[in-house]
Amino acid sequence: MSLDALFLSRLQFAFTVAYHIVFPAMTIGLAAFCVVLEWRWIRTGNAIYLALYRFWSKLFALAFGVGVVTGLVMAYEFGTNWSRFSAAAGNVIGPLMGYEVLSAFFLEAGFLGIMLFGLERVGQRLHFFATCMVSLGTLISMSWILAVNSWMQTPAGHEIIAGVFYVTSWWEAIFNPSFPYRFLHMGIAAFLASAMVVAGVSAWYLLHARHLEFASRSFSLAMGMVAVTAPLQVLVGDFHGLNTLEHQPMKVAAMEGLWETTEGMHLVLFAIPDQAAQTNHFQISIPKLGSMILTHHWDGEVKGLNEVSVADQPPVALVFYSFRVMVGIGFLLLAIGVISLWLRYKGRLYDTRWFHQLVLVSSPLGLVAILAGWIVTECGRQPWTVYGLMRTADSVSPVAAGAVATSLTLFVVVYGVLLFAFLLYFRRAIALGPALEAEPVPVHDERQRAAADAVAGH
Amino acid sequence: MDLPLVWSGIIALAVFMYVLLDGFDLGVGILFPFAHDDHERDQMMASIAPIWDGNETWLVLGGGGLLAAFPAAYAALLPALYLPLFVMLFGLAFRGVAFEFRHSARRNRWLWDLAFAGGSVAATFAQGVALGAFISGFRIENGEFAGGSLDWLTPFNLTVGVCLIGGYALLGACWLIMKTDGLLQGRSYAQAMTLSILVGIGIALISASTPLTHAEVAARWFVMPNLLMLLPIPILTIWVWIALLRSIGNRENEARPFICSISLFALCYLGLAISVFPYMVPRALTIWDAAAAPASQAFLLVGVAVLLPIILLYSAYSYWVFRGKVTAASGYH
Repeated sequence: MSLDALFLSRLQFAFTVAYHIVFPAMTIGLAAFCVVLEWRWIRTGNAIYLALYRFWSKLFALAFGVGVVTGLVMAYEFGTNWSRFSAAAGNVIGPLMGYEVLSAFFLEAGFLGIMLFGLERVGQRLHFFATCMVSLGTLISMSWILAVNSWMQTPAGHEIIAGVFYVTSWWEAIFNPSFPYRFLHMGIAAFLASAMVVAGVSAWYLLHARHLEFASRSFSLAMGMVAVTAPLQVLVGDFHGLNTLEHQPMKVAAMEGLWETTEGMHLVLFAIPDQAAQTNHFQISIPKLGSMILTHHWDGEVKGLNEVSVADQPPVALVFYSFRVMVGIGFLLLAIGVISLWLRYKGRLYDTRWFHQLVLVSSPLGLVAILAGWIVTECGRQPWTVYGLMRTADSVSPVAAGAVATSLTLFVVVYGVLLFAFLLYFRRAIALGPALEAEPVPVHDERQRAAADAVAGH
Repeated sequence: MDLPLVWSGIIALAVFMYVLLDGFDLGVGILFPFAHDDHERDQMMASIAPIWDGNETWLVLGGGGLLAAFPAAYAALLPALYLPLFVMLFGLAFRGVAFEFRHSARRNRWLWDLAFAGGSVAATFAQGVALGAFISGFRIENGEFAGGSLDWLTPFNLTVGVCLIGGYALLGACWLIMKTDGLLQGRSYAQAMTLSILVGIGIALISASTPLTHAEVAARWFVMPNLLMLLPIPILTIWVWIALLRSIGNRENEARPFICSISLFALCYLGLAISVFPYMVPRALTIWDAAAAPASQAFLLVGVAVLLPIILLYSAYSYWVFRGKVTAASGYH
């Protein structure tokens, strides 16, 4: 591959969107977590929940800031680097993105100020409403973005006239064949990944015997979320895979490292795919199990990469390995969820050190799985921008390679600095811990005042 | 209904809302280096911290709306403004994270002060350059950008960039007049006065040089009967500018400088629209050339009609919640 504007633009988009997605993945979960915490505070008046809310909304704010500025980039990158795609598909994706801004982006941005700064300025109910609106905004945003991306994967509800897409049915375009699966899969992924982050932070406190009551509550809530979402994700992931098999068979072939159409496909556990030779090396596999999982028949036929020309194949090694990383992490998180249920049942959830260490080490893995999954789905879609209808090579903007090289370099530098700072301040906020006694509680009634005094140790 | 015409109005409105709202945000950032100490910087930031994100969102509406309603224009314009747009995005990135990162920093606060101010200046300058390039027109062939990566690099465009820095700084100073008191407010009054004069010169400069260097714009303004019909605009602009100077000088009403500077921006924006209409991509694609399919424009128009009033309502509410002066104690959450 030459370092032309196409390759550099692909690299740049991949880098910027991968970097960006990590932050909404965290803020979707953290915002919902803040809703739960604030709800608990309102219901119980227990100031520990206010402390929890204040702490986690601080971390939420850090992640949200980076998410906003990197998301702004995506809105413009469709035009700067993929203008031909925008011109061709604008009729379809434009209004969907427009709705995203109107119904989600504005909602979360509009109420963010009250959520983060308005605790002392508005009534308790109104502030809770603001928190809910921010959380709702993140979810609606995710929905619209996934509708756009799903349409690119399984286009529907359109017609093509002179190389331009026109919508014939908005319902079919938005609720295209893969949308429900991708929506569920990503939604659950966001909650699972952020639950692991919360669990990891809480585990760190437990291991260092700091803020034990605070950390125990966080840990319990987070592990509860993991226990529910991890198995759900395995299930939804399976359904998603079946849907992908139906509509994007070459992506599945790449995921499975299947070079030739086969009946009774092996389930490949490990291999080194060789795209030049169109074969796998050092393959370790279980006969027939692949067909069983994908077609529910031991001898079911699964299409291989030989169905298309080599030039039209997705990058197999990248998709193959990423898929395994994602699934591997998925099962690890499932195991963690199951263990947490067992420990909870035994009453040992808060004092089992090896488990806390495991959770701490595994805490970023949900985000890693999200990245791996997106590599599978986006690289697996190649060489298409709109699957089967518009090629990536035909989608790029008429800009010079030098300009793209410049922007790409700047992105790596700027985003690198931002990531370093984010991690530094994230870590510092955790090291600082929640302010359990120092912060004055905005008191709205006597019950809360009594609870606040109790926590402060009067 | 002429959907493209309606949509050009909506895009114009969205961009104008952005210029006003993020204009004063970025203006506060541009004025950041002139604060005397950390405490003043805290106050300046606190005056915009709860509302900056909502303000910036109008930029996404402008860009996203352009993609939705005029995809051919979006596709032609953005590659043409490739480098200025990325400078803007990087500037906004540093400005945006500075709010949280500055609060978390200990010894390196000054770094984020720099990021906040530098990002604001860079983003503003880039927007001005893009504006200048927009007025100047683009090399478009077959509906695509056919020029070079540095086409935007002209003296005219760079001048507009500098003028916009002054313009946003003026908005920022007027905002601080409303939101602060004491020494900070006093300094903001002085800055607003200086900036008003500079911006006045800038507007005169740009207004004169645009028709001189762009024949099509001259043809729009300096022919009869256009000249007579459009004359109220420059007259009104001068009148508002004088009102602005007086409102800063007599300090009778704290909000009046801000209102006058908004009016000044509105009149300049109107002048720009008149110069450029009906082109969405000067001077190659009109709003009708670049329009999305009617079904697409209609589909989103419904959403705009329903959601935009709601957005304006809760945005106004958020401003109201954070009304009043930034107190000495108000810092971060």
